[in-house]
Amino acid sequence: MLAPVAAWLGAHGVSPFMLRLIVQLGLIVAVFFALQISAAVLVYMERKVAALVQQRYGPYLVGPHGLMQPLADIVKLMFKEELRPKTADTALFYVAPVLSAVAAFAAFSVVPFGADTTLFGLLDRPIHLAAADVNVGLLVIFAITSMGVYGIVLAGWASNSKYSLLGGLRSSAQMISYELSYGLSFAAVIMLAGSLSLGHIVDAQAGYWFGVIPKWYIFIQPLGFFIFLTAGVAETNRAPFDFPEAEQELVAGYHTEYSSMSFALFFLAEYVNMVTVSAVATDLFLGGWHGPFLPEWLGGVWFFGKLFAILFFYIWMRWTLPRYRYDQFMEFGWKYLLPAAVINLLVTAAVVVYFGF
Amino acid sequence: MDALFFWILAAAAVVASLLVIGQRNPMHSVMWLIVSFCALSGLYVLLGAPFVAAIQIIIYAGAIMVLFLFVVMLLNVPTETPTEGPRRLLTAGPRRFGAVLAVVLVAELAWALRRVQGAAMPVNAAETSVHAIGLRLYRDYAFAFEATSVLILVAMVGAVILARRESK
Amino acid sequence: MPEPTLNSYLMLSAVLFAIGTAGVFLRRNLITILLSVEVMLNAVNLTFVAADRFFQTVDGQIIVFFVMTVAAAEAAVGLAIIIALFRHRESLNPDAFTSLKW
Repeated sequence: MLAPVAAWLGAHGVSPFMLRLIVQLGLIVAVFFALQISAAVLVYMERKVAALVQQRYGPYLVGPHGLMQPLADIVKLMFKEELRPKTADTALFYVAPVLSAVAAFAAFSVVPFGADTTLFGLLDRPIHLAAADVNVGLLVIFAITSMGVYGIVLAGWASNSKYSLLGGLRSSAQMISYELSYGLSFAAVIMLAGSLSLGHIVDAQAGYWFGVIPKWYIFIQPLGFFIFLTAGVAETNRAPFDFPEAEQELVAGYHTEYSSMSFALFFLAEYVNMVTVSAVATDLFLGGWHGPFLPEWLGGVWFFGKLFAILFFYIWMRWTLPRYRYDQFMEFGWKYLLPAAVINLLVTAAVVVYFGF
Repeated sequence: MDALFFWILAAAAVVASLLVIGQRNPMHSVMWLIVSFCALSGLYVLLGAPFVAAIQIIIYAGAIMVLFLFVVMLLNVPTETPTEGPRRLLTAGPRRFGAVLAVVLVAELAWALRRVQGAAMPVNAAETSVHAIGLRLYRDYAFAFEATSVLILVAMVGAVILARRESK
Repeated sequence: MPEPTLNSYLMLSAVLFAIGTAGVFLRRNLITILLSVEVMLNAVNLTFVAADRFFQTVDGQIIVFFVMTVAAAEAAVGLAIIIALFRHRESLNPDAFTSLKW
């Protein structure tokens, strides 16, 4: 449909390669801004859902039904005074929130959110709808997630305060413990799909069994999905595993000494991490952009629907479940979740070899 | 384009490594080492080894360096303190020896490499697939793989025992 | 901008190895010495992967895999030893542990 436009551009000196480059850059910018907007939307959603769970109204005054509340929050954060403890290690103190935010955004860059498209004929070859599509996408996500630990550890140390240090140490021990189960649960999915690229994994989930049940991996890997979500919640430091922010115990954990924009960066990083884990769960277990009734090129709608379902589940969990105790939590991670993930992997491997999936 | 990335990443790796050995605060040394690892990971991608690049970040920068950070934070020794007595922080003897050794090493290697024609790297070779690595690892090197798992178990047990407080 | 040849990668690896060696000799802090050892191991990894690309095999990357594993095990045990030493002498300077010197 847009092929004549491509031809016209080609005649005016814009080669297909240049066009592809421009579209790719546009995708990167679009994903970046979409993530920031989603963080703002999540702030509002969290407060509204929390309010409804607790049978009160929530944000109501700022804008219609409180829709402008995130804007008010951002303006407030920008105008706050930027404080720094005198004995804090300056370089590390300011690098820590930047590292957290960068890791959060970079991890989403390899997550595809729609089917391969040629943009209605504008491009000569289909382009993957992701900021960057690599063959080892899942490993890249895992690598960047493990870099996200540093933001928290450095924040805890550089603040030079007891609460921060304890919060930082707790959180980093938590994140590296649950990384193992996280990795093992998606190793099982990799075995089923036969590829490390998220695009291929989603394509392996197209179609239906018996014409009715979609071929999503959640139906053949229920334990894997549970392990992945639990480890994902632990990785993003959300309730019921939000020890770094355990207000009753640690004041505010690793971000006690931060204010204004540094705090906003941590905040942003947390919400973007939530979005990334939900997006990866959608791609790995819930079939990504495949769904009934809609044509292939509108698959993005299904993707966002599933994404918001998982995010709603995240927020719902936070305001319903009580927090674990730290030693109970570490015991659960090492003694129950990790063996379960290993058993899941072994059984999946046996089934794949025996039935030749 | 690849050449430009190579020189940038190589410069970053060398500068970061120099800063690792040059910092007073071990915390900063660890941070610069992480930068060096990321530069090396980029070099591995240039060499068509994306799996090794990802593994480098996951294992080295993501796990081993976290271990170093924990120990630095636990021991809480911020900077190097001078030794007891009137001796300086670094006596002239080991300093000269170390510097001369490093220079001799580099000079020797440079001489050896200059005598050989610069062998061009294959330009359009495909990048190594994870499938190929998996096949080699689990077929030809299966014994070594199992042996390293035993090694890690032994190291884990050893580390726990060595770092345990003696119960009085 | 000259295209990187195999020699460029080998030279880079040599320079990194030399920097690591210098670090082991020059620094008086046990943790920094261990970090310099890690720098040396990384230089060796780079050599393996570069040679791998040149000879079009996959064996080098397998060896890198094992080197990383061994480096992890060695870092863990080394750091445990450092913690035990620190508890004895309250110092991370290798010159403080000279009781076996005659």
